[in-house]
Amino acid sequence: MASSPYFSLAVLFLAALAFGLTPLGLAWLWGKLFSPAKPNAIKNAIYECGLESKGDAWMQFHSAYYLYAIIFLIFDVEAVFLLPFAVAFTGLGAAACLAMLVFVLMLVEGLAWAWAKGALTWA
Amino acid sequence: MAVDDGLKIELGKQGIFVTTIEELYNWGRKSSIFPMQFGLACCAIEMIATTMARYDLARFGAEIFRPSPRQADLMIISGTVTKKMAPQVVRLYNQMAEPKYVIAMGACAISGGPFKQGYNVLKGIDRYIPVDVHIPGCPPRPEALIQAFMTLQKKIEGQHLTGAGRPRHLDAEAQGEFPVPVQGEHDLEPKSNPGVWSVPVVIR
Repeated sequence: MASSPYFSLAVLFLAALAFGLTPLGLAWLWGKLFSPAKPNAIKNAIYECGLESKGDAWMQFHSAYYLYAIIFLIFDVEAVFLLPFAVAFTGLGAAACLAMLVFVLMLVEGLAWAWAKGALTWA
Repeated sequence: MAVDDGLKIELGKQGIFVTTIEELYNWGRKSSIFPMQFGLACCAIEMIATTMARYDLARFGAEIFRPSPRQADLMIISGTVTKKMAPQVVRLYNQMAEPKYVIAMGACAISGGPFKQGYNVLKGIDRYIPVDVHIPGCPPRPEALIQAFMTLQKKIEGQHLTGAGRPRHLDAEAQGEFPVPVQGEHDLEPKSNPGVWSVPVVIR
């Protein structure tokens, strides 16, 4: 085993591990031996910037939120398409501008539809 | 203890350094104070300035401001403690790990300061939690906060690990829970913590 080329590496690894873990272990041991734990209800309570925590963190979000998410996603992607269009705008012909206008209007129509369906109203 | 200071200096000149566990332990404690990242009012601006390059609190090993009370052992009450904020401050103090120290920074934190006559300002945070160092000033200059740090370091250095004056975390009898005041009809209830503060007797 000692003849292995990785033997010195293993020794160094163990030394590095001990270098890190020994102070931690000593601190833990010191704390265990000498400092009495003083837990209480306030100390063990959940830390929330000094305020008392209210309710449960495991609450359910309203499923209506997914509509917002989808509408946001659509317009987010639209921005991705609009960017190259805006960059190449001066070199584009009327046909390209018309095509882009149709694309944007299509999305606006979708927004109008979602609005009319009441998807933008928080229920 | 075993080696007096004069002999220690003499040995030091010869290249022999002697120490005690207590000295080493307290040296480690005083050189790694983690303050809590927590500002209440305009004094906090001075506190921030103290940590920055010009005043450089890092020289004292106290530049690591922890955003959680679980990892902090110094609370700097930097600014006006309103009666609305006092319960939160006391709760945060409770949630800090032992050993914990408190610096009350500025006139407001130690006495209510210019707002002492106000209906909504606590007249000194030492009514609810034990304060180790008080700094006057409105606001105190960064030098004053550094002075407070050095005072606190001297205090930590001087604490024996056994006996009556030992640090709180080594003392099983030391008060662990500091009651959090609640908003009453007219004032905070209770108005002060009798365990740490007694109402001064006014002599007329």
